[in-house]
Amino acid sequence: MIMARETLLNIILFALLPVTALIAWGLDEPYIITLATKAAILALAGVGLNIALGLGGLISFGHAAFFGIGGYAMGILASHAQSYAPIMEVPFLIEGTKSMPVIWLVATLTSALAALAIGALSLRTSGVYFIMITLAFGQMLYYFAISWPAYGGEDGLSIYLRNDFPGLNTLVPLTFFSICFAILAVVLWGTSRVARAPFGLALSASRQNAVRVETVGIAPYRIRLVAFVISGAVTGLAGALFADLNRFVSPTMFSWHTSGEIMIFVILGGVGRLYGPVAGAALFILLEHILGGLSDFWHIYLGILLLLVVLFARGGLIGTLVGREVAHE
Amino acid sequence: MSDPMLDIRNLHKSFGALKATDNVSLDLHPGEIHALIGPNGAGKSTLIQQIAGSLTSDSGSVHLSGRDITGLSNVARARAGLGRTFQISSLAMEYTVLQNALLGALGRDGGVMRFIKPVMGRGDLKDHAMQALEQVGLADLAAKRTADLSHGQRRQLEVAVALTLEPSVFLMDEPMAGLGASGSKRMTGFLDGLRAKAPILLVEHDMDAVFALADRISVLVYGQIIATGTADEIKSDPIVREAYLGEEAAV
Repeated sequence: MIMARETLLNIILFALLPVTALIAWGLDEPYIITLATKAAILALAGVGLNIALGLGGLISFGHAAFFGIGGYAMGILASHAQSYAPIMEVPFLIEGTKSMPVIWLVATLTSALAALAIGALSLRTSGVYFIMITLAFGQMLYYFAISWPAYGGEDGLSIYLRNDFPGLNTLVPLTFFSICFAILAVVLWGTSRVARAPFGLALSASRQNAVRVETVGIAPYRIRLVAFVISGAVTGLAGALFADLNRFVSPTMFSWHTSGEIMIFVILGGVGRLYGPVAGAALFILLEHILGGLSDFWHIYLGILLLLVVLFARGGLIGTLVGREVAHE
Repeated sequence: MSDPMLDIRNLHKSFGALKATDNVSLDLHPGEIHALIGPNGAGKSTLIQQIAGSLTSDSGSVHLSGRDITGLSNVARARAGLGRTFQISSLAMEYTVLQNALLGALGRDGGVMRFIKPVMGRGDLKDHAMQALEQVGLADLAAKRTADLSHGQRRQLEVAVALTLEPSVFLMDEPMAGLGASGSKRMTGFLDGLRAKAPILLVEHDMDAVFALADRISVLVYGQIIATGTADEIKSDPIVREAYLGEEAAV
């Protein structure tokens, strides 16, 4: 019964963004489509974090690192393509590109590599030290981006035209929304598979009781590291899409505010729930749009909401609506 | 006599000036239940942790089926065939009973880095897990959340997870703890049959169970083994009586 309710809610949440985008398209409101696109991209970043945080119990306060790396991967590749200057010529030629699939691949791989390095060190700690060390890595990259003049430093980097996808006109808002939403859908599907696979069983068990996992001969460190890499790669991909949405990258993508916001999506929606980040990001964008219109200080209201969720609704929006999580059959 | 399955030689462990484990040697032969008893604070838990690999020894060695596992981590020792149960049940509480058993089956299988096919679709793992649950009498509760189990059922599940590993040696830390009279009796019967599969090093406070089960008993006091022998030998040993059994009777 509870299972059925969560499934129903997931279907509604899944349909929410495309339905909104389609209605906005019908009403000729491109700005609303852009908001839906932003929600889809931020949800993707949250889905990434949720793999580490929700399934693995790894409270990463540095996922902005991967979001930023994805963003800069896009920015660097596209800016070189824009200026027809190769990224490097020796020892071999690497040129910039405006092709989305190539940019996605590079963004995913570089953020996965960064997650491997950051995770390998951070996962030797736990608890509050893990939170602090991931935060420190994020801030290191933030200051690095600020002080690196080649790609705009503090001012960031503008990309004049949105990147290309073969056969599609990505400048049409609904088209770009569809691309982002399709990626979100694929990643949600993949995440649900991983959660139910042997790896997911061991990952979630490592969160619940690491000693239990060790006792059956599985090393939690390896499991967590792989989860952290997948998590970082997904958030990095979201970063590349976010940069493409704004046609702009800046060090802000690396800042701890960004890490905090991604975490807020997950907590608002429901930690460990597959669709939690989708609900959280949609709610966040909605509040930003409505409350942000009333006051520049809308974050106060967001803070109050977050406080209420943490105090009274630990399962987030989804948990409140469907009750306790049911162990998968 | 056959070669020991588990052979512990001259283990030492000190915490500052305190010698928690002081030159402990003991072994475990195929088909045997070897009980380790001793008063509180004698160093039983420290010794168990040293054997399981969650605590490094200052010196000495541990051999499992003839293989030196002294340098291995607890994870590697589990993979090498050491099946451990804890004094306080250590389970994934959000999981169902079956999922906990599946985790053990997965650990035995080793194929944890699989990302696509659902673990519930792995018939072989599921059968293996269900068999272990049946052996301890938890098959009917397979779909129940572990957090909702009674204390005794958690103890049984703990043993079932160890069974899924098909270990060459069981290391059991007070499996009777908190079971009550009837539960304790059932567990005693179960462990009695289990020794045919793999020998058991049993740390236990329940003396009825120890005397009923143990082929040999070692008595640990202040980190040292003061006596090893059959139940009758231990019962009549004057040093043991003074150090432990007498003390217990006085309480």
